[in-house]
Amino acid sequence: MAEKILEIKNLTKKYGSQTILDGIDLSIDKGEVVVVVGPSGCGKSTLLRCINSLEDIDAGEIVHDGHKIGMVFQSYELFPHLSVLDNITLAPIKVQKRDKAEVKKQALELLKRVGLLDKADSYPRQLSGGQKQRVAIVRALCVEPEILLFDEVTAALDPEMVREVLDVMLDLAKQGRTMIIVTHEMQFAKAVADRVIFLDGGHIVEEGKPKEFFENPKTERAKKFLDVFSFDDYLKDGEGI
Amino acid sequence: MLDLGLEVLFKGSNMLRLLQGLWVAVKISLISIAVSMPLGVVVGSLMTVKNKFIKLILRIYLETIRIMPQLVLLFIVYFGSTRALGWNLSGEVASIIVFVLWGAAEMGDLVRGALISIPKHQYESSKALGLSKVQTYIYIIIPQTVRRLVPLSINLITRMIKTTSLVLMIGVVEMLKVAQQIIEANRMVSPNASFGVFLVVFILYFLVCWPISMLARHLEKRWV
Ligand SMILES: Nc1ncnc2c1ncn2[C@@H]1O[C@H](COP(=O)(O)OP(=O)(O)OP(=O)(O)O)[C@@H](O)[C@H]1O
Ligand SMILES: [Mg+2]
Repeated sequence: MAEKILEIKNLTKKYGSQTILDGIDLSIDKGEVVVVVGPSGCGKSTLLRCINSLEDIDAGEIVHDGHKIGMVFQSYELFPHLSVLDNITLAPIKVQKRDKAEVKKQALELLKRVGLLDKADSYPRQLSGGQKQRVAIVRALCVEPEILLFDEVTAALDPEMVREVLDVMLDLAKQGRTMIIVTHEMQFAKAVADRVIFLDGGHIVEEGKPKEFFENPKTERAKKFLDVFSFDDYLKDGEGI
Repeated sequence: MLDLGLEVLFKGSNMLRLLQGLWVAVKISLISIAVSMPLGVVVGSLMTVKNKFIKLILRIYLETIRIMPQLVLLFIVYFGSTRALGWNLSGEVASIIVFVLWGAAEMGDLVRGALISIPKHQYESSKALGLSKVQTYIYIIIPQTVRRLVPLSINLITRMIKTTSLVLMIGVVEMLKVAQQIIEANRMVSPNASFGVFLVVFILYFLVCWPISMLARHLEKRWV
């Protein structure tokens, strides 16, 4: 029996009179990779932000028993006035009061792992989008979170840079990290997920193993949603425009 | 040769008087700057708070000061307030009051602009890394605000220094006033002196303001 690391009970979140999340129940096991998909505006980001207490919640509870949570954003959000290394080591040194030399060593090891060792002294503005996002991931890792949240971390990237970031995340999954990933990259979701959650209208409409979900969605809404990502109909018609 | 009437500057202590006049202008500027910059930081920070009443009051203050020409402000404070309140204000003190009011308003607007230009996500990614509110300000927000602010405030400082030339209108004897006195006194012997004297005034202002603008440009390049 896997160990439960995060439990969300009846989570409700409203903006004004609009209910974005309507009684979400979700529990995550240690080492599990959960991918959240759903139409734009269905509340995927809101869900992650609530989990990470960037938003107040209106009802329900989020139990993480003190497990640390790290988050990576779509727009990287590195600190522009700090070097790559300082971006990464700021929180471990200033918040966690860990030993400087030890933190630096760890940061450099992580940078090496994502292929950016030579960028340690660069500033964010000198990096490409894909490099920035890999740094942002390393920054999140360096505070040693037990749960990692990713909010469409490749959505702002040029296509040729998407892969380098996804590879880092696949590597993390392989290491047995607990991750909740919001993404529009369906092939990647299929490859990385232990479980897929389909969010729509403030509810979890469907959830299951990635293979089941992507190949045989049970609900109409999930089917409709997945159709958007497929060009099969177009190809069937043959001629094109 | 072109006669600029420069010889009048070497008569008696004229050059020295001109430099003393420059010192008066610089002194008024320095005191006003030293007081208005920190005040501006307070005003600007208060302008970003949620309280609508505080915001409205500061908005009115800022707009009034900006709409009024500095000369009018000087007249109001120097002549107006002495009449209305019956106190005795020296020209220098009146000038400093006006420049502090003006500098704090302009600086406040710069600070407000710098603060709101920091994206919301910077606060959030900082929070997501576990930084407290105070730590977020110390390590993330204030350093970025200062970097944006320094070149802008240096520009404001040079504007303040240049504008101090207005104080001659309320009888403060600063450089421009001395220049006029020298020209006036030598009207008969050196009718061309106005060219030379104002040229020297121009050069002196340039020598004070130019290094400051260079510094602003340098910092802008380094930090943006
Ligand atoms: N700060 C806010 N104030 C008011 N409404 C908001 C706020 N943030 C988000 N919303 C609304 O909440 C809903 C869910 O937003 P959210 O960003 O969670 O969607 P999402 O599923 O992440 O969408 P996308 O795929 O486009 O990123 C949207 O309708 C959005 O307009
Ligand atoms: Mg989103």
